[in-house]
Amino acid sequence: MTKRRLLVALGILVLAAALGIAALVVHYGGGEQEAAQQPIDIGGPFTMTDQNGVTVTEQDLLGHPSLVFFGYTFCPDVCPSTLAEIASWLDTLGDEGKDLAVYFVTVDPARDTAEALGQYVGYFSPRIVALRGNANQTAEIAASYKAYYKRIEMDDGTGDYLMDHTAAVYLMKSDGTFFDAITFTATPEEAVAKLRRLLAAS
Amino acid sequence: MRFLRPFALVLALVATAGVASAHEFEIGDLELDHPWIAEPPPGAPTAAGYLEITNESDTADRLIAVRCVFAEKAEVHEVTIDAAGTMQMRPLPEGVEIPAGGTVSLARGGYHLMFTHVAERPVAGDMIPVTLVFEHAGEIDVMFSVQKPGMQDDDHMDDHMDMDMDGDHTMEMDMESGQ
Repeated sequence: MTKRRLLVALGILVLAAALGIAALVVHYGGGEQEAAQQPIDIGGPFTMTDQNGVTVTEQDLLGHPSLVFFGYTFCPDVCPSTLAEIASWLDTLGDEGKDLAVYFVTVDPARDTAEALGQYVGYFSPRIVALRGNANQTAEIAASYKAYYKRIEMDDGTGDYLMDHTAAVYLMKSDGTFFDAITFTATPEEAVAKLRRLLAAS
Repeated sequence: MRFLRPFALVLALVATAGVASAHEFEIGDLELDHPWIAEPPPGAPTAAGYLEITNESDTADRLIAVRCVFAEKAEVHEVTIDAAGTMQMRPLPEGVEIPAGGTVSLARGGYHLMFTHVAERPVAGDMIPVTLVFEHAGEIDVMFSVQKPGMQDDDHMDDHMDMDMDGDHTMEMDMESGQ
């Protein structure tokens, strides 16, 4: 890769990140004008089950800051990369981040069993809680977080399918309200800085 | 770029000395750099493979198929993340074009080789053969090194190396003989 190409690529990444954040604010904030003043309406009721069979609701997010990420275990690229990054952020923060809770919400409960989810998230960090629900419960938590997910059938005769889904990591304050999001293109330094701001605001 | 060369040489030496996985393959005018597979979590049914492909000829080529024995299905996929933060992953039945004189990175958040229904889980440290089929250059068996998914530093190291080796093939030859 030439230096110029690297610069162009970096420029595109920065632009994409900026667009992503702008879109999150606009999309979730109900309009550019109001975004600055109104609290962003992300987060809300849900009833899910963790990898150990324990029920988790929005009440369990109170009292500590949380990271919430939607994904699925058949996802080979964005999901494992993001979970590995979350684990490295937790490592970087060390004791400073000990109150952060991390939730991985499956958008593919048909294939992601509790056991599969437990293995999957446990590989990255023992601190990641996997949340699974039935179709209705999954729709409910996605609606609460304004998260998008859609099943895409493969037409190769295998019966395989892919899931489109929101790829940002939601940062939730200890009062259960939305603080910010970390997009896929964020550098580790940017992510950790945001987490420090979340911890300070919680 | 000339002023960067002494620095690049140091980086390249560090990279070859410290990163066993920084390896290259060549077929015709194509150079395949740092092929690696992210170690999937236990039980995960899919895995992703990455590499950088440089086409040194003046004719475009195309990566059109992937074959392997450790998974039932191997494809070229593209991940896109739109302005609203939604991730979409799609197979590319036509493959990926490698433009004349250009480099295409298969990297996280972009193109990857998608291995589905993994029969034998790749574990960090493994070297796994994967056949890449190019429209013009033909087929080549490439050894992919399996690495932990968080090991991004390796990628960065390789980027530096490639960035500076574009105009300096002598160094590349030296490095190849050193492996």
